[in-house]
Amino acid sequence: MLTQLRDQFRKTDVYKSIFRHSYQDTQRNRALQIVDNVFLHLHPVRVPRHATNLGYTWGMGGITFLLFIVLTITGVILMFYYRPTAQYAYEDMKYLMNDVPFGPLMRNMHRWAAHAMVLTVMLHMFRVFLTGSYKPPRQFNWVVGVLLLVLTLLLSFSGYLLPWDQLAIWAVTVGTNMARATPLLGHEGPFGPELGLRPDNDVRFVLLGGTEVGPPTLLRFYVGHCIFLPLIAVIFMVVHFWRVRKDGGISGPDTGKKNF
Amino acid sequence: MADQPTNEVVKIEAPVKPDAAPKPAQTQIASQPVPRKPKQDRAPEEDPGIWRMNRRNALWVGGWLAFFGFILTSTVGALRYMFPRVLFEPPTKFKAGFPFDYVVGEVSEKYKDEKRVWIVREKDGFYAIVSICTHLGCTPRWLPSDNKFKCPCHGSGFYKSAINFEGPAPRPLERAYIGLADDGQIEIDRSVKFLYEKGEWGKQGSFLAYKG
Repeated sequence: MLTQLRDQFRKTDVYKSIFRHSYQDTQRNRALQIVDNVFLHLHPVRVPRHATNLGYTWGMGGITFLLFIVLTITGVILMFYYRPTAQYAYEDMKYLMNDVPFGPLMRNMHRWAAHAMVLTVMLHMFRVFLTGSYKPPRQFNWVVGVLLLVLTLLLSFSGYLLPWDQLAIWAVTVGTNMARATPLLGHEGPFGPELGLRPDNDVRFVLLGGTEVGPPTLLRFYVGHCIFLPLIAVIFMVVHFWRVRKDGGISGPDTGKKNF
Repeated sequence: MADQPTNEVVKIEAPVKPDAAPKPAQTQIASQPVPRKPKQDRAPEEDPGIWRMNRRNALWVGGWLAFFGFILTSTVGALRYMFPRVLFEPPTKFKAGFPFDYVVGEVSEKYKDEKRVWIVREKDGFYAIVSICTHLGCTPRWLPSDNKFKCPCHGSGFYKSAINFEGPAPRPLERAYIGLADDGQIEIDRSVKFLYEKGEWGKQGSFLAYKG
């Protein structure tokens, strides 16, 4: 009876338009299952044996991406309670930590995933360096990866201000003071004063939305942290993954022939 | 120079391949010659202008000009948008009471929280020190018992004169403009700064001579 119903259901257009392929265990069908799925098709249909060796890749790139997904989801969840204005930001952070059900879990997941992501990005880079995977034809992807590292650090830095406590404010004060010394763009950097830059019209001013860290800074960092930087990061990640595939998948030992 | 492109176009199209086999004759269906109108979308071959302006080219140029003009102006607008006209920050120029309110030898922290300025009263007069650490911009603290400014962030220390003597700070604290207003009050402008390393501490406005 149930089997009959199931078989009947599998013949409907609804079922067939969602699940295009059967579970038939043939080379062709397995490949089709991957290729015809928008999420799975990011994976190569075939993977060289050494690429599945955890001791070789450490899985750091994948873990980094997983952490990015965790950060996106928990970040959106935090946005339901957090208001990015000087009046409320600190209170909302306290509220999340003390009174919101599962608030501490969500915030701590976001916080620890952020710390971990910086670590895994660096370890991923270290592995790529050790295995020589930055060499041709993968030089371009190394550069994309460096940009992604910078974006990760910027995301980390901009998120650091959002609790709006003393630690955050002074850390960002210290961090953005470095922008004063930017050549040509900062009012204390080389050629800055000669170009007429002042504390109220240089690159630091754009970052802060003022001459010192204040309410406009919180808002700017919030928008940058939640919208601008993740968007740029996603674009570069798409290119990064695409290039991995186009450059022949995960690098491997030089066997003198193609790996697959 | 103007007629070069025209010549080149002719040159490229002109050569005839010597070994090209003669094309087989078309079938009967296409043999009827179709009368053709001269093409309107190309400039005449003898047109010497580099632009060879006709309706299509004019629209092409105009269209791209409009597109890039729009992109450029909106980019400039978006950049300018990031520089606000009005800042909701405390004014840099303010009055700090009468000189006789201060005691000789005192480092006044009265305006530190709001204006980030210390006012120091010496025997010969006043000077104002901006309370922003020259290392990375934290607010140092005045420690009366140690007779020094000490930054809590990385431990930079400064003498009462604002000269740095310990920690990572690379240069002395900055002094701000100090003078007397018309009503006899001390006037300070934090936006006018005097840097020791540039030899500006002797300049007019860096020190307010006062005895009393």
